[in-house]
Amino acid sequence: MVEETKQAAKGEASEEWKPKIIAFLCNWCSYAGADLAGVSRVQYPPNIRIVRVPCSGRINPFFIIKSLSAGWDGILVSGCHPGDCHYISGNYVARRRFAILRDLLIFMGVQPERLNFTWVSAAEGERFGKVVKKTVENVKSVGPNKMFEKDW
Amino acid sequence: MSDLESSIRETAKNLLTEGKVDLILGYEKGALPLRAAPCFITDPTDVDRLVFDYSCDLNLAKFLREHPEKKLGIISKGCVGRGVIHLVVENQLNKENITIIGIPCQGVINRSRVIRKIGEREILEVKVENDKLLVKGKDFEESLPLDDYINNLCKTCHYKSPPVADITVGEATASSLQDNFEDITSFESKTPGEKMEYFKDELNRCIRCYACREACPVCYCSLCFIDQNKPVWFGKTADITDNFIFHMIRALHVAGRCVSCGACSSVCPMGIDLNLLNRKVEQIVKERYNFESGISLETPPPMGAHKFEDGQEFMIEED
Repeated sequence: MVEETKQAAKGEASEEWKPKIIAFLCNWCSYAGADLAGVSRVQYPPNIRIVRVPCSGRINPFFIIKSLSAGWDGILVSGCHPGDCHYISGNYVARRRFAILRDLLIFMGVQPERLNFTWVSAAEGERFGKVVKKTVENVKSVGPNKMFEKDW
Repeated sequence: MSDLESSIRETAKNLLTEGKVDLILGYEKGALPLRAAPCFITDPTDVDRLVFDYSCDLNLAKFLREHPEKKLGIISKGCVGRGVIHLVVENQLNKENITIIGIPCQGVINRSRVIRKIGEREILEVKVENDKLLVKGKDFEESLPLDDYINNLCKTCHYKSPPVADITVGEATASSLQDNFEDITSFESKTPGEKMEYFKDELNRCIRCYACREACPVCYCSLCFIDQNKPVWFGKTADITDNFIFHMIRALHVAGRCVSCGACSSVCPMGIDLNLLNRKVEQIVKERYNFESGISLETPPPMGAHKFEDGQEFMIEED
């Protein structure tokens, strides 16, 4: 009984568990790409929640770590392709930052499937759908994020 | 007093009397055994306070930013010299004001490991004789193998003497050590669950005193992320979630900047081994961007030297 109430409270009752994924998309490419996916009626799983940021270089590692510790099941970060950054080099800075962050998080025991990084341009609506599908598959393969779940 | 110590004292005295430096930074004997304190010498008659032995585990580069106006001489073992060079590269110090007095180092003793071995008994005297560590207390005397109590970072250290030095005292030792990061690779063979368990166990002991931050030569932000309260990014409690995040981000912030001095671990009152994390970021930066901190004055730090061709094998492909 208690177990069931607990599960119901967490929204993972008897039905299939659905991952919640937070996506940080840059304003100039990936967000427009997601918009194009919507306008072109591309079907993709409804598990992502999008946060729009000015540039992938704006994404502080805090955002990612805070999301994981707050219980998001997965992260998707996307920006402009190398060479296409609206601010010339924001995505190069971001790429080095994510490379180090990702290696370090994996070293400390975060499953690599939760951390998804990619580039999507404003013309790649189709690709955005595929990227989200792939991300959801990845996150589903490792299950719910219980890294910092408290057992009160 | 060893030969090295007497030549350090002589060099310091000469520099001060000739007026080449206003202040010499070095180590002096601490109040407790196995502890060396930083010492600041302005008067040539005081140079006899300077010592250098297995207990000198702090990184003196930490104190240089506090004296921007003075001409400074700094007694530098390998990692102190690297710290100075790295701070110059980050535009925190003016190299013209600093004289690096390079000395060879044989490694430092891991104090918390000695204390753990001795237990509750009070240590009154510690001596090094050949390859033995003699620990004396009121009713006991123990002889420990020195090699087991040397800091792990010192065993993998490539730079026993500073890579860049203005004056060299003693014999500069070149290291032929091949570092394959075997300790890191063996840790990485664990499953994600086991790794996280290990870190949770280790970091659970943290009492959030921030001694690691205070001792770190490259932690100089005027407002640390953990002290920010608008917004409150991360909790300040000693809860495991907050501890885990604090140490994770501390390691991230020293990526490409850590000079592998091990001061953070040496000052930890709970004996937490932060070196594993520091070694990992050192490995990431070395293998990805071929960068080692504090080696040369010309190489820009990795976060400021991004390139179009940087590796991106971790990016997901859609199919």
